[in-house]
Amino acid sequence: MNTNVAMNTHVGTSVSIKDLSLSFGSVNVLRKLDLDISEGEFLVLLGPSGCGKSTLLNCIAGLLDVSEGQVIIKGKNVTWAEPKDRGIGMVFQSYALYPQMSVEKNLSFGLRVAGVPKAEIAKRIARAAEILQIEPLLQRKPSALSGGQRQRVAIGRALVRDVDVFLFDEPLSNLDAKLRSELRVEIKRLHHKLGNTMIYVTHDQVEALTLADRIAVMKGGVVQQLDEPMTIYNKPRNLFVAGFIGWSAMNFISGQLAEKAGKTVFRGGDFDIALDGYQAEGPLTSGREVVLGVRPEHIQIDGQGGANLDEAHDAIVDLDEPMGPDSLVWLKVGSQQLSVRVESGKRYRPGDSVKVSFNVGKASLFDAKSEERI
Amino acid sequence: MAGNKRPVALFRNLNAKIAALPMITTVLVVFIGCTLWTVVYSFTSSRALPMLNFVGFDQYTRLFGASRWAISIKNIAIYGCLSLVFSLVVGFVLAVLMDQKIRFENTFRTIFLYPFALSFIVTGLVWQWILNPLGIQKVVRDLGFESFNLSLLTDRNLVIYAILIAGLWQGTGLIMALMLAGLRNIDEEIWKAARVDGIPTWKTYVFIVIPMMRPVFATALVLIATGIVKLYDLVVAMTNGGPGISSEVPAKYVYDFMFGWANLGQGLAASTVMLATVLIILVPWMMLGGRPNKGKANG
Amino acid sequence: MAEAAVIHSRSSSHVEPWGARPKRMFAPANIMVYSVLIVAALYYLLPLYVMVMTSLKGMPEIRLGNIFSPPVEITFEPWVKAWSQACTGLHCEGIRTGFWNSVKITIPSTLISILIASVNGYALSNWKFKGSEVFFGILLFGAFIPYQVMLYPLVIITRELGIFGTLTGIIVIHTIFGMPILTLLFRNYFASLPPELFKAARVDGAGFWRIFLQIMLPMSLPIFVVAIILQVTGIWNDFLFGVIFAGTSNFPMTVQLNNVVNSVQGVKEYNVNMAATILTGAVPLLIYFFSGRYFVRGIAAGAVKG
Ligand SMILES: Nc1ncnc2c1ncn2[C@@H]1O[C@H](COP(=O)(O)OP(=O)(O)OP(=O)(O)O)[C@@H](O)[C@H]1O
Ligand SMILES: [Mg+2]
Repeated sequence: MNTNVAMNTHVGTSVSIKDLSLSFGSVNVLRKLDLDISEGEFLVLLGPSGCGKSTLLNCIAGLLDVSEGQVIIKGKNVTWAEPKDRGIGMVFQSYALYPQMSVEKNLSFGLRVAGVPKAEIAKRIARAAEILQIEPLLQRKPSALSGGQRQRVAIGRALVRDVDVFLFDEPLSNLDAKLRSELRVEIKRLHHKLGNTMIYVTHDQVEALTLADRIAVMKGGVVQQLDEPMTIYNKPRNLFVAGFIGWSAMNFISGQLAEKAGKTVFRGGDFDIALDGYQAEGPLTSGREVVLGVRPEHIQIDGQGGANLDEAHDAIVDLDEPMGPDSLVWLKVGSQQLSVRVESGKRYRPGDSVKVSFNVGKASLFDAKSEERI
Repeated sequence: MAGNKRPVALFRNLNAKIAALPMITTVLVVFIGCTLWTVVYSFTSSRALPMLNFVGFDQYTRLFGASRWAISIKNIAIYGCLSLVFSLVVGFVLAVLMDQKIRFENTFRTIFLYPFALSFIVTGLVWQWILNPLGIQKVVRDLGFESFNLSLLTDRNLVIYAILIAGLWQGTGLIMALMLAGLRNIDEEIWKAARVDGIPTWKTYVFIVIPMMRPVFATALVLIATGIVKLYDLVVAMTNGGPGISSEVPAKYVYDFMFGWANLGQGLAASTVMLATVLIILVPWMMLGGRPNKGKANG
Repeated sequence: MAEAAVIHSRSSSHVEPWGARPKRMFAPANIMVYSVLIVAALYYLLPLYVMVMTSLKGMPEIRLGNIFSPPVEITFEPWVKAWSQACTGLHCEGIRTGFWNSVKITIPSTLISILIASVNGYALSNWKFKGSEVFFGILLFGAFIPYQVMLYPLVIITRELGIFGTLTGIIVIHTIFGMPILTLLFRNYFASLPPELFKAARVDGAGFWRIFLQIMLPMSLPIFVVAIILQVTGIWNDFLFGVIFAGTSNFPMTVQLNNVVNSVQGVKEYNVNMAATILTGAVPLLIYFFSGRYFVRGIAAGAVKG
């Protein structure tokens, strides 16, 4: 458990998904999926398009019938319960506001359906409107609202119903970049204030890394890794997670493990990299086919950041891509192409000779066959 | 709420099943039940009342031996082929002309399409009047051509063409509207690309646009084809099968034997043949991927 | 090529654009386009013109003059006669009986068929159940089965139910045969609405009927207008079902019109016939002229019905 999670004092499990499978016809979209989400946790589901994130969320909400497995919310098995009986609220990418109703009517619809007394409805709407700062908008129709305002109202709809679990399906994807970061902060603030469990689907890594207590990286209907953001970033479980997370793609070098002067090294064709600082999870048997993954920020040029130049390799600069605060330098070690992140102060020209060294402590080794971390 | 048990399949989504009950009944009783009933009884010798005394293919033998049926088939073949060709050609040409960024497009469209709002009875009666000896024939004769003869309605060999003229008048507007929608759906970029490449307009139509409009043509084809099979009211209004039996059509044959002459078995056999014909048209089309619910409801 | 163009433009101070000028309205090609369209338009307008002119003439003028010439002496006598005195067989009450019969058939048939089909289409697009797609598929397929195949068994069924030859009977028949196209229309429309809206309403606790009435209906007025136009014109123009299922006392206007015009007895009064024909076509024509866009949408959808 990381510090953040510990701080929120989790008492128990809020949402628990057991052995969940779902198929549309012959296509298995979710396969025997297990997931436990703690009380008050902010869990982000992250993965490429079509991996089944929305499907999973719809299963939790009760909008899709599961093929097998169970959904348990707050200790109650709700696998076959109606959405309204699950204590969940849902926010959609397309806002899904009822176009013919005013904001106020949108907010109160669920309460009216449930037969909540008028006075209570008014009270709850006032509270939600205050929290989300949409008081001046209550009498407007959704068509008269901006995208950001619409999404606030959509969140408000879940808020007034006093639900245990908030489900977000890419709520910010339809907004422009600036609004997106504003609302992101607001959602985080809302989470701190309410302390509800929140499950949040996105394929935006920034959202995932900034919002999440834990991230579940999905692919092909299976959770590949469920961990705190920094663990996912630093210690990806497999090649897929390693390649999926990160602003610029991780460098992957294929090779074998070998012995050299009594130490285990990674042999990548034309060069060897000593694996001194690497915390292996299994035996590093010599001769094993592996893939070494190093992020661009974990490679140093010409001993910057205090790297040891004795271990450095010769490289030729290919291309230099300035990206604002830093730049990405593409270079070649032997026949291997690498990208390296450097502070933008220094420029490199194609053809420059440089020395590169690898921060092996922060690199990852994967078995070439199973693609799992070793 | 018992959320932990998989509900009994029948009661899950019960409201939707109740809402669909009329459809389910219609499908089972009418579309499947009635059709099967007709096919089964077409093998009986039923006359005024349906009876299950099977006579094998007797009714079909008699059907295909009947000159009235032969004329019906010949008529529907002539009407069908020509109306297919003319509807498609005229509809497409009109659509292309309408697509030349012309003025008064809405006026033209309104004019071409209004006959489609009229019933076949009205259509048939109007054309009956126009093609009547007091109609166009008299106009031309009054102009001095005393021997001019336009006797479409009374000439046994030509009467089906009179029906064709009326049918085309009623239906081509719809085909034009469909084709025009199809043309409008084609990306502007295609035209720009063709212009940049220096391809003449007519070549662009023939080699690029028409192949791209295949789905529209397919839809139009099925529409016209099913319309042909159902051809009935127009004939009743315009000629009532006459002169003699020279403008009879299959749908009328069925109706007359069933309701006019109390010879059920014969009528049922004829309608079964109609069903088979439709299946022969429809099934290959469905297999080729055309579906009746493709791109229709959004106009 | 490009180089040549550059040199060309440098060599003279005033550069003429290459190629033909953009087309004007009276370019030869356009004259062709317009003349073809106008000739076609005349062909389409001719019957309407002849109908109106004939209905305004007296019989002597019709026998002497020609069908295209406008009436020398305008008379509304044929219209009055067509409406209230024209004969079918022995009855001479005019086409108005048929008109009111058609009204009595069309209004309830339209309402009931749309009610059933809209709920059905909603169920098919948002509340799919096992087998719902199969039934819908057969329903659509049914739209292509020639009516003749199902007519006689339906006569038996309606007779058994005691509704053959009654208003109820013809209403049921129109509801049945309107179902494929209307269901398709509504199903496609509801399927084109964002599915999230439906999901949000379910999360809010609304059930089948409440979502239909409070969420879906207020968003679907246009498609209801299309459906109404489709059904009113379709049912008004029907002949076959009316003649079989409605019963003699309920014959719709089309059937009565045909009986008036094609009755063998007496001298043919072409002017009265044409007035009756216009009166019968008037309802769908007025709908067509006033609804414009919706009508086009309706027939594009109704196209399946053929
Ligand atoms: N109703 C359906 N019928 C058949 N297949 C479906 C249906 N809904 C989703 N799928 C398939 O299930 C898979 C998962 O879909 P899902 O919407 O859960 O993906 P996602 O992870 O949310 O993707 P995105 O990031 O694009 O929203 C996709 O391959 C999709 O094609
Ligand atoms: Mg999704």
